[in-house]
This record gives sequence, structure tokens and C-alpha cells, in this order.
Amino acid sequence: MNPGRLPSIALAVVLLSVVVPARAATIEITMENLVISPAEMSAKVGDTIEWINKDVFAHTATAKNGDFDVNLPPKKSATFVLKKPGMVDYYCRYHPNMKASLKVEP
Amino acid sequence: MFIRWSAAIAAAVLLSSPALLQGASAADKPTDPQIAHIAYTAGVIDINAAKQALKKAKSKDVKAFAEDMVRDHEAVNQQALALVKKLNITPEDNDTSRALSKQASDKLAELEKLSGAAFDKAYVANEVAYHKAVNGALETQLIPSASNAELKSLLQTGLKIFQGHEQHAEHVAAELK
Repeated sequence: MNPGRLPSIALAVVLLSVVVPARAATIEITMENLVISPAEMSAKVGDTIEWINKDVFAHTATAKNGDFDVNLPPKKSATFVLKKPGMVDYYCRYHPNMKASLKVEP
Repeated sequence: MFIRWSAAIAAAVLLSSPALLQGASAADKPTDPQIAHIAYTAGVIDINAAKQALKKAKSKDVKAFAEDMVRDHEAVNQQALALVKKLNITPEDNDTSRALSKQASDKLAELEKLSGAAFDKAYVANEVAYHKAVNGALETQLIPSASNAELKSLLQTGLKIFQGHEQHAEHVAAELK
């Protein structure tokens, strides 16, 4: 690579990170041994939540306020893109002792 | 030990048939092949009860509960089969398994005669008692007696999920009143 181009690439990288807002993230949340972890998680509107079910049991991620109801077959994962800000408590419909919450920032 | 906890399960499950306790094994504590057999049998019993409920139950909540029982207990039993295969354990029939099976078939016959709300109530009441008994046996006898770590861990996962079932059954029972 031409060493003369390095500064401009560096500048482009810096500018990009300034101009383009933080890219939507994918946040992994695990369900294992009937426990959701982390149980409390912060995210932003536009982020994707990926629940990974490591159990042999079917689970769901079901929002109390009805925002989402994601089915998680045994040993599978599924995703949901956050659309609204707010605090969302969710649980597993099959195993209601499995509870967690998401803090969704605008 | 073995006699005592066999008796505890049998008594708690059936509540009414002390005669069944006579068959309890003389062994001090159950071996892993026996524990595997008992745990698997206990699962099959609950699956069969749930299948009967799916045919006969009237209440939507009772049906949903029965569906949960089939799904979870089949998952645990599949896991148990995979584990015994991996560990090269042959589940061994024993007096506790036989007593449980006998009690369960008597219960199925008893519930078969009921219908509608009476069936729902009797099924759910039995589910509360059954999970309570099995969970007690898991906690105080089967888990402490298991020598293989993977078997112990599967039983612990089972206990956790069945405690949820017990609460769920209690909740459904309260709603039916």
C-alpha cells in the first residue's frame, strides 16, 4: 500500500465514525437452564436482540406489554428488532419463572 | 433409605394405597441405572396423564397446561435417553418404578370415568400432588444418590423445570375453583 494514502484512510475512518451514527447492534441474550442472562439489558431502538436458547426445552420471549412474542424452539435462536423505546419486561410463556427486562433507549 | 423414599413417593403420589409400599427394594440407595429408570418412568407417567387430559379436558387453561407437560417431559426424557446411551447405562427396572407405574395406571382409570369440569379439577389436583411428590423425591433422594455428575445435573435441570410445573399446576388449580 502507498504509505501516502494512510493519513487519508485514517481521516476517512475518523470522519465516518463521526458522521455516521453508531450502527445498530446485535445483542445476544442466552436462555440456559431456565435462566435468561443477562436478565437486564440496555439497548437502542433499531438494535437487534438475538435470544439463544441453549436448553432442550422450547421457550418464548414474550413482552408483558405485547411488543413482541418470539418463539425459541429447543437449541435454536431467534431475533427481534427493537422498534419502540421504553422499559419492557418479558418472560417465557411456558416457564413463567424465566423473567428479564430490556431498557430500550431512543 | 431406598425403602423410605420409595414409600414417600408412593404415599405422596397415591395418598391412598399403602399396600403398594410393600414391594420396595431392600437396597440402601438407588443406583444410577435405577435412578435413570425411575426418572424416565416418572416422565412417561406425566406424559400419559397429559395425553389423557388433551383428549378429555374442557378448560383451555388445563389443555394448555397439558400441552406444556407433554413438551417439557418429552424433552427431558429425550435428554435422559441420550445421556444413558452416552454413559452406556442400561436403565434398570425396580420396585419404585413398578409402584409408580401401577399407581399411574390406576389413576388413569379413575380419571377416565370423569368428564368436564370434574375431570379438569381431578387432573390438575393430581398434577399438583404428583409434581410435589416427584420433586420431593428428586431433591431429597434421587439427586443426592446419583453418582454420575451428568446424570445429577440432568436431574437438577429436571427438578427446576418440574418445580415450575408444580407452581403452574397450583395456579391452574386455583383458577378452576
